[in-house]
Amino acid sequence: MPAVRLPTVLRTHAGGAAVVDAGGETIAEVLAWLESAYPGLVGQLRTPEGTAHRFVNVYLDDDDVRYLDGLDTKVGEGSEVSILPAVAGG
Amino acid sequence: MAVFESALDLIGNTPIVDVSALSPNPRVRILAKLEGQNPGGSVKDRAAKYMIEEAEKDGRLHPGSVLIESSSGNTGIALAMICKVRGYHLKVVLPENVSIERRQLLEVWGAEIIGSPGGEGSNGAMHRAVALAGEHPDWVFLHQYSNQANAKAHYEGTGPEIWRDCPEITHFIAGLGTSGTLMGAGRFLKEQSPRVQVWAVEPPVGEMVDGLKNLDEGYIPELFTNNHGFELLDRKMIVRPRESIEWTRRLIEVGVFAGISSGAIMAAAVKAARLLDEGTLVTIVCDGGWKYLSTGAWTDDIDAVEARAKEIIYF
Repeated sequence: MPAVRLPTVLRTHAGGAAVVDAGGETIAEVLAWLESAYPGLVGQLRTPEGTAHRFVNVYLDDDDVRYLDGLDTKVGEGSEVSILPAVAGG
Repeated sequence: MAVFESALDLIGNTPIVDVSALSPNPRVRILAKLEGQNPGGSVKDRAAKYMIEEAEKDGRLHPGSVLIESSSGNTGIALAMICKVRGYHLKVVLPENVSIERRQLLEVWGAEIIGSPGGEGSNGAMHRAVALAGEHPDWVFLHQYSNQANAKAHYEGTGPEIWRDCPEITHFIAGLGTSGTLMGAGRFLKEQSPRVQVWAVEPPVGEMVDGLKNLDEGYIPELFTNNHGFELLDRKMIVRPRESIEWTRRLIEVGVFAGISSGAIMAAAVKAARLLDEGTLVTIVCDGGWKYLSTGAWTDDIDAVEARAKEIIYF
């Protein structure tokens, strides 16, 4: 099952856990699994209009899923999905 | 070699060195553009010079002007150097958890440091600079995250230099901080050849300093969205602090003493080399290692360095 790494701001929705074991074979399914396990968590990742929050990046292992297949990106058994807030540098 | 009239004329025209000895794939070359060779010590000299010269041209800056900017270090240092030479006063909003050398260099160049809480990270420093600029309309706020001159420095400088020195480039790989390097050089290179792919490396921000109370405090630079960054990039990778340090160390083997963010970019380039059949990757070495000596990155136990890296901002 894929592991999901949560940013500090979302951990309160998952009982404080930094990493949770989730189910699902695509990014969309993993997010749906998270929503059923931790109601309210995935709501944080969407705007009121239902689109993805613009300050959220979802990575499958090393890659931003926007440049893979987005929500349809296949998630393997041993994969790690990371949810990270957008942060600037410079 | 010509005699230059001013140290500021030394900005740009940095050398590219072949570091393929670190490539895991003999058919993939990895080249590194050494931006630490700039007089202020980092790639940010380019954006700082362009932003200041544009503000001089449009009349916003004149002798004695006061500037305000937020920076995790390098942009502040670059602006401070140029302000010293040109006679401006610079105030930098700087997160308290940057390496000591960044603070020292800002002091060397005479910048005034306004500390911002480390836990708020770069985003927090930026929000404070925006607020201060609003309260002081007489201060000049160049705002590196939205200033098009930042990307232009790379569209007119970094990009053409890479194309001149390495027209066989297949992939351009750089860090995503303000997005200036990627938007400017990336766009220029794609215009020369649609074959060129642009890959971004996301800052390996430590969990202690992601600085957000909620996701609405996140930030994507206007420079990125205004330049259609989502469409320009072909891939975006995250590199963790440990890998960043490991590859900062490996760069030493080929004589490149680089900062930790450059180690992150190198780590991504090595992953790219494994994924590709063949190609020529051009990466950016953002700065030299000098500003990171106090982190023990090269010499201390890697577990200790990794733990330390999670609490400081090095992008």
